[in-house]
Amino acid sequence: MLNSRLFEKSGLVEIWHKVEANERLSVADGLQLYKTPDLNAVGSLANIVRERLHGDSTYYVRNQHINYTNVCNKGCKFCSFYAQKGGPEPYSMTIEEVKNKLRAHLDVPLKEVHMVGGINPKLPYSFYLDMLRAVKEIRPDVHIKAFTCVEIAEIHRQADKPLSEVFADLQEAGLDSLPGGGIEILSDRVHMELFDRKLDGDQWMDISRAAAKAGMTQYATMLYGHIETIEERVEHLVKMRALQDETGHFVTFTPLSFHPEGTQLADKPHPTGDGDLRNIAVSRLMLDNFAHIKTFWIMNTPQVSQLAQWYGADDLDGTIHEYEITYQDGAIGDKTQVLTRPQLVSLISEAGRIPIERDSHYNQIPTVDEMLDPVRNKPVRTRVDLLVTN
Amino acid sequence: MITLQQDTPAETFEANVLRPIDDIQTKVFNDQRISFDDALRLFRHSNILELAEMADYVRTKKHPEPIVTYVVGRNINYTNVCWVRCSFCNFYRVPGQEGGYVLPREVIYQKIQEMVDVGGIEILLQGGLNPKLKIDWYESLFADIMDRFPNVILHALSPAEVIYIKNTSKLSMDETLTRLKTAGMHSLPGGGAEILTDRVRQHISPFKDSAEEWLDCMRSAHRVGLRSSATMMYGSVDTINDRVEHLEKLRLLQDETGGFTAFIAWNYQPDGTELGGRRASAFDYMRTIAISRIYLDNFDNLQASWVTQGARVGQLSLRYGVNDFGSTMMEENVVSTAGCVFTVPIEEIERLIIDSGYEPRRRNTRYEFVS
Repeated sequence: MLNSRLFEKSGLVEIWHKVEANERLSVADGLQLYKTPDLNAVGSLANIVRERLHGDSTYYVRNQHINYTNVCNKGCKFCSFYAQKGGPEPYSMTIEEVKNKLRAHLDVPLKEVHMVGGINPKLPYSFYLDMLRAVKEIRPDVHIKAFTCVEIAEIHRQADKPLSEVFADLQEAGLDSLPGGGIEILSDRVHMELFDRKLDGDQWMDISRAAAKAGMTQYATMLYGHIETIEERVEHLVKMRALQDETGHFVTFTPLSFHPEGTQLADKPHPTGDGDLRNIAVSRLMLDNFAHIKTFWIMNTPQVSQLAQWYGADDLDGTIHEYEITYQDGAIGDKTQVLTRPQLVSLISEAGRIPIERDSHYNQIPTVDEMLDPVRNKPVRTRVDLLVTN
Repeated sequence: MITLQQDTPAETFEANVLRPIDDIQTKVFNDQRISFDDALRLFRHSNILELAEMADYVRTKKHPEPIVTYVVGRNINYTNVCWVRCSFCNFYRVPGQEGGYVLPREVIYQKIQEMVDVGGIEILLQGGLNPKLKIDWYESLFADIMDRFPNVILHALSPAEVIYIKNTSKLSMDETLTRLKTAGMHSLPGGGAEILTDRVRQHISPFKDSAEEWLDCMRSAHRVGLRSSATMMYGSVDTINDRVEHLEKLRLLQDETGGFTAFIAWNYQPDGTELGGRRASAFDYMRTIAISRIYLDNFDNLQASWVTQGARVGQLSLRYGVNDFGSTMMEENVVSTAGCVFTVPIEEIERLIIDSGYEPRRRNTRYEFVS
């Protein structure tokens, strides 16, 4: 039972009524949600939407990330991944190396391979197509989510032909969907200050529209916690919502917390639990036309991601295996970042939610029979089972 | 890991436990005490936001101002020699074993001086049960510390240590505590409580004091005018029933003495311990502290355990009934040997408090604001 007291105390009654009536929230509402001191009042509102859409289900996917190169000519100030003097050594995987990365995890029935990398002008058009074909060769059934709009712009430049034809080539080679990164936050000010060598908001949205036109799905993100204001966050969310109204091709939205270590903004503070959960909750409330909100455990930690299931998130991402762009707290330099399926199932079920293994389109993978409650080592059957943790 | 699972028949469970919690919410929001069975039901209630709301109600009633306190202090573990061999501990060395230490006086003074230099006021002095150290050693140590650092607060010796000193020195409990108090001890940390049911204690620390002995020590401490905190280490072999029994025993003793200043809960840290097993989740921490806040209606303060939970979850606990961020610690030697290595500097503590919508204030061991 939800108490109106909670919303009265925080001055959120009006927004609460809108949420209950499934009405769209305004920019002013978004700002108020960011400014409300009581995180749990905001979280409770987000949870109404989350449970209306997904009940107790929380999704996860068995996936593998491949970061094919860290050579990049964009020099974004928030990034610690790209090769630079005094920073990471440069690398660019060959097609064979990409194949080996895939072969290393052939024992896992992965559903998705997620590939993003730096903008390395030495890589020819054919490299991108060959890499996609290589993935399909090793893993014919996998869904390939690859190349942010920034990479698409570079691939387009290398191809030197119309974008629609580039998308057709990429799709023919095996590309299924685009990940959401690259735009960080849709604000001209932040763009100028932090990543002016990368495409701007309008260019990003144009490529996104072209992807939609080519029949591809896409994911969306927001990088927060650097120099952006809450006004700019709300602006970002509202622009994403408008674009989704227009295209309908976005599947999932993932707020990403900025990790300052190793970047040109190293003096900025670390992300907090309050900030991570609040961005998830506000995203869930503002983005009424997005089906899914994801908590990315690499950035939010598995602990905060577990709690996020009560603050609007219905997706815990996946097993990941290796990720080089951001390291978890206290694990700098450790490229192996993996949660096993039992660990993911446990994070979900211990929080009173029902773990659903999904593919990239959120179809359920029917594995319930073999799923074991990690604590009691008995098959998971009902929510009752899931709740009793010892 | 061995678990002491007690299964409830499904139909009884459905009828008694998984009912909606409206009646409990009504009690809490009308300032009534909740029962043992209520707490059991709350532990089975998955909506942590509803638990948080009740916990926050109790917290706000006791502390209407949006303030979160912390104390600048230092943890000093004067010895790691301990004969008790608790299976959940990865800190101890048995007498004669390599790596055992007793800190020399000069090292202790130096550590205190370093704390005083950064504006610290509280020393948390705890160690193993070392057969070589009798009451005279403690009396002289405390007196010398108070002599050199008269303004430092000596928050020292958990019940296990006090009981051991009492036994090896052949004194009564009141006598032991009175002599330690006279020597300069200000208050007792509530450590070593683990779970105050003998079933759990028999399993994880069979040679340590019983639940009744722990409680008797605290009763005696409160009687001779020492105040103390109380703790709970959950997530080893305890059931939900054990946790609620623990809370019930603390609430009863607090009704009797009123001597507890604060309650602190943390989860068992399994890495490298003989007991092994898994680490309880952040979700489990949140519901456990929220239910503790609701249940322990006669405790003024709930302290975060960021050492075991990390800064992010530690911060989030402020919305689950916690009103105090604990001590700056400066060093931590016990849980860090079991795979737990979180430390947070003063500026970071203040930032986390402000970030979650509260005003940070420094306090002393009596939970009075200091400037």
